[in-house]
Amino acid sequence: MTDTTRDAVRLDLAPHPGGAPFARQVLAQASMEARLMLRNGEQLLLAVVVPVLILVGGVTAGEHLSLKLSDPRPLVDIFTPGVIALAVMSTSFTSLAIATGFERRYGVIKRLGASPLPKSGLLLGKILALLCVQLVQIILIGGVGQLLGWTPKAGVLGAVLAVALGTAAFAALGLLVAGTLRAEATLAAANLIYLLLMAGGAVVLPISAYGSFGHVARWLPSGALGEAMRSAFLDGSVAWRDLGVLTVWAVLGTSLTARTFKWE
Amino acid sequence: MTYGTKTAVDGLSLTVETGSITAVLGPNGAGKTTTLETCEGYRRPQSGRVRVLGLDPVAQRRELLPRVGVMLQGQGAWSGVRAMEMLRHIARLHANPLDVDELAERVGLGECGRTPYRRLSGGQQQRLGLAMAIVGRPEIVFVDEPTAGMDPAARRTTWELLRELRSSGVTVVLTTHYLEEAEQLADQVHIIDHGRLIASGSPEELTRGTSATIRLVVDKELPAGAEAALRASVSSWSEQYDIGVRSMSFGSRTLEDVFLELTGRDIEHDRHDA
Repeated sequence: MTDTTRDAVRLDLAPHPGGAPFARQVLAQASMEARLMLRNGEQLLLAVVVPVLILVGGVTAGEHLSLKLSDPRPLVDIFTPGVIALAVMSTSFTSLAIATGFERRYGVIKRLGASPLPKSGLLLGKILALLCVQLVQIILIGGVGQLLGWTPKAGVLGAVLAVALGTAAFAALGLLVAGTLRAEATLAAANLIYLLLMAGGAVVLPISAYGSFGHVARWLPSGALGEAMRSAFLDGSVAWRDLGVLTVWAVLGTSLTARTFKWE
Repeated sequence: MTYGTKTAVDGLSLTVETGSITAVLGPNGAGKTTTLETCEGYRRPQSGRVRVLGLDPVAQRRELLPRVGVMLQGQGAWSGVRAMEMLRHIARLHANPLDVDELAERVGLGECGRTPYRRLSGGQQQRLGLAMAIVGRPEIVFVDEPTAGMDPAARRTTWELLRELRSSGVTVVLTTHYLEEAEQLADQVHIIDHGRLIASGSPEELTRGTSATIRLVVDKELPAGAEAALRASVSSWSEQYDIGVRSMSFGSRTLEDVFLELTGRDIEHDRHDA
C-alpha cells in the first residue's frame, strides 16, 4: 500500500458504539475457536489422528492376536464407542486446557475482556466450539469404524447425553488446570493426564478389562464416559449411573474452577 | 492502586474533555498503565472514584465496554490467528463496526492480512491493536503506548488517525513516554511520576510557564567554567534585585525540560525498557 492510497481511505470514525446481539457474539466466538482448533496441527493430531490410529490399530491387532475381552461381541463394536469417548476427552479436556492456557498467556482473554463479549459468552462460545469439533471427530471416527465393520445400536439419547455430560465434566476439569497453572505447566499436565486416563482410565477398553481396578475406574470421568458411550452404542441403552458420575464430576469441576480460575 | 506494599497510583485526579486527546506522560513504572487499566475496569481502585462516560468501570463494565475502545500494551491475540481474521472477529462482536478492509488499509495492515499474529512485526502488531480498539466505533479510546516499536512513518500515520478520531468526536486517552508524541498530539498533558500527578496543562501552558522567563541563546558550546560563572552571576543578580530564580536550564526549553525539572529523571532514558 502506498501512502496515497492510504490517504484515499476516509473512514467514518464518528462514534456509533454498541455490542452485537449476544447470540451473534457467541456464534462468532465459537466459529473462531473451532477454526483455530481445527487449524492447529498438534491439536488435530490429538483430536483425530491418535483416536483413528488407536481404533484401526486396536481392532486389527486385536483380531490378529485373537484378543479376548470378557465381552464376546466383535472388537470393533466395543472399540469404536470407546475411541469416540477418547476423542471427546481429548478435545474437551486436553485441547481446551492447552488452548485456554495459552490464551491467558498471550492476553487473548484480557483483550476479549475489553470487548462487548461477556465472560458467559466466551464460555458458551468455547463449549459450542468443542461440540462442533467433537461432531467432526465423531463423524470421522464413526466412518472409519464403519469401514472396519462397526454396527452400532441406535442409542441416540444415551450417546447425546454421554457427549454432553462428558464435555461438561472434562471441560470443567480442563479449565481448572488452565486457570491455575502457567501455560507450559498446563501443556504438560493436560497431556500427561490424558495419557494416564487413556491407558488406565477405562475409556477405550471396558472396565471389565481392568479386573478389580475396573471398580475404581468406573468412578473416574474417563471410565464413566467410556461406559456410557458403550452402553449407548452396544446396547442402545442409557447408562444413568455413569451419566450420574459424569454429572458429579461436572459439578465438582465447575465449582472448583469458578473458585480458582484467573482470567489473566 | 496498591500492589502489596507498593503503591502504583496514589491520589491521582484528572478529568478528560470529550472529543479531545489527552496524554498521560511519564517514565516506565510511573503508573500510566495502571491508571488506564483502572479506567478500563480491569482494576478496582482501593479508594477513590473513577467514572468513564459517567459509568463505574467495574460495577457497570458490561454497559460501558461496548462504548469504549481499548488498545493494550502488546499481545492480545491468538498466536495462530491471521491479522485480518482477528480484526474481523472483534468487528463481529460489535453492532456497527467500521468496514474492516478499509480500516486495515488505513492503518497499513493491507499487506499482512493473512499473516499469523506471531509472525507480525512489533509495529504491525501495534497497528492491529489500534485497529481492534477503534473498529467498534467507540466514544472513547484508551490506547496504551500506541506507537511503541513503530517506525517514524507508521508513527505519523498513527498520529494522523488519532487526530482524525478527535475531529470525528472521539475522546482519546493515550499513555506515552515519548515527549514528542505528547507535544505533537495532545490537547492536555498530564505528567505523572511514582503514581502521582505532578503537572497538567496543554503542551503550550506547560512549556510556557506562568512566571517571567529569560532565555539566553548563545552561539557556541559553553567552554569549561562558563556555566558555573553564569550561575554565580545570576545568583548575585538575583540577590541584588531580590528575584527568586525558580529554575535555570541549559539547552533548549522543551517539554522534556519541564519533565526533568519536575522529576529529576531523564524520561527518554527509559524508552527501550518498554
